[in-house]
Amino acid sequence: MSMADDTTAHVEGEPRFDGTPKAVWPLYEVFVRGKRGLNHVHVGSLHAPDDTMALHNARNLYTRRNEGVSIWVVRGDAITASSPDEKDPFFAPAGDKVYRHPTFYDIPDDVPHL
Amino acid sequence: MTVTEQELEAQFERTVASEGRVEPRDWMPEGYRKTLIRQIAQHAHSEIIGMQPEGNWILRAPSLRRKAILLAKVQDEAGHGLYLYSATETLGVDRGELTEKLIDSKQKYSSIFNYPTLTFADIGVIGWLVDGAAIVNQVPLCRSSYGPYARAMVRICKEESFHQRQGFELLMTLMAGTEAQRAMVQDAVDRWWWPSLMMFGPADGDSPNTQQSMAWRIKRHTNDELRQRYVDMTVPQAEALGVTLPDPELRWNDERQAHDFGDIDWDEFMQVVKGAGPCNAQRLQNRRAAHEGGQWVRDAAAAYAAKQAARAEVPAA
Ligand SMILES: [Fe+2]
Ligand SMILES: [Fe+2]
Repeated sequence: MSMADDTTAHVEGEPRFDGTPKAVWPLYEVFVRGKRGLNHVHVGSLHAPDDTMALHNARNLYTRRNEGVSIWVVRGDAITASSPDEKDPFFAPAGDKVYRHPTFYDIPDDVPHL
Repeated sequence: MTVTEQELEAQFERTVASEGRVEPRDWMPEGYRKTLIRQIAQHAHSEIIGMQPEGNWILRAPSLRRKAILLAKVQDEAGHGLYLYSATETLGVDRGELTEKLIDSKQKYSSIFNYPTLTFADIGVIGWLVDGAAIVNQVPLCRSSYGPYARAMVRICKEESFHQRQGFELLMTLMAGTEAQRAMVQDAVDRWWWPSLMMFGPADGDSPNTQQSMAWRIKRHTNDELRQRYVDMTVPQAEALGVTLPDPELRWNDERQAHDFGDIDWDEFMQVVKGAGPCNAQRLQNRRAAHEGGQWVRDAAAAYAAKQAARAEVPAA
């Protein structure tokens, strides 16, 4: 049996791996918490065969210099994003409610600690 | 072009002109996308191929300290390549495809990495001159109009200063050594100076894409501007080190408040770009061997992941 035959050998009951060389490793997006007290922030992406390897690769790729204390990896196809075409309607409610921002309120300068 | 497309293009131009950032899901002109893919892929390939000349000395580093430093540096370069491939993927290309294009010579990488590293002094000179030139090129790219590219560059630039400083320190150590060691440094400087000037690309008159790239705020300065900046920065460093830069025409021009320097051998540059440099064939052959030799590892990991996933799906009987 040649090597090539070997790689496509199929055991009954096991999923068949077809040996397709391209794009077999899914894309993961990587988020890092820089330090305690901060949110996880998106830092980039990588490819990995599974979640565990994605985490290991993320550690080596994005935190070689103590850039983080915690890492999330999320498969790219699991993320739902707002579309930029919808930008205005989607974010408009926030734009309307300027009173959510502290600068909305006029406070005299001589009032301390506000 | 439809009316909406005109509107989109106008919106894009406004964003870019007002120093706004373009993000992956935004509309962008096809030329902008293509230019970015070409430039970022070429940059990524350079980082990956750039591991070879230095990797050549990891096993022969003269001390454990130097070996650990060199290993960390080469690992950083791999990381730089991956940050950049990650950025290209936001533009809708697959990094596997880009690697295929590299090993099929359909995409380029920086010509500097086609020169050989003959002595350990070359490791110091690469850190000082080659990473030094990379820094001059890359710092303005941190403000590039394409968000993912700019962010990758910020990350890279933070790591580059370690690269340059370890190189300079290595050279200072050699310069404080024996006569033979000093000669080794000078020899390495003589061989790397001109190729490092070529890293900034063709002279402005021969760089037809520069204007468009600058209008799109992908690039911030012309090749010649950056080259001049690099020369002006490097001359005092060479003095501090006690080496001579191999250019008899190099001198301070009081009127221009900048250094004049000699003509670059553009024939040599074109030769190396076209594949006839001293190491082009070897670099690509190594890259191809690593890619093809690693195929079974990628396949095995994918097969393992598929089996684990399938088992997890089967409900317990
Ligand atoms: Fe780099
Ligand atoms: Fe570097």
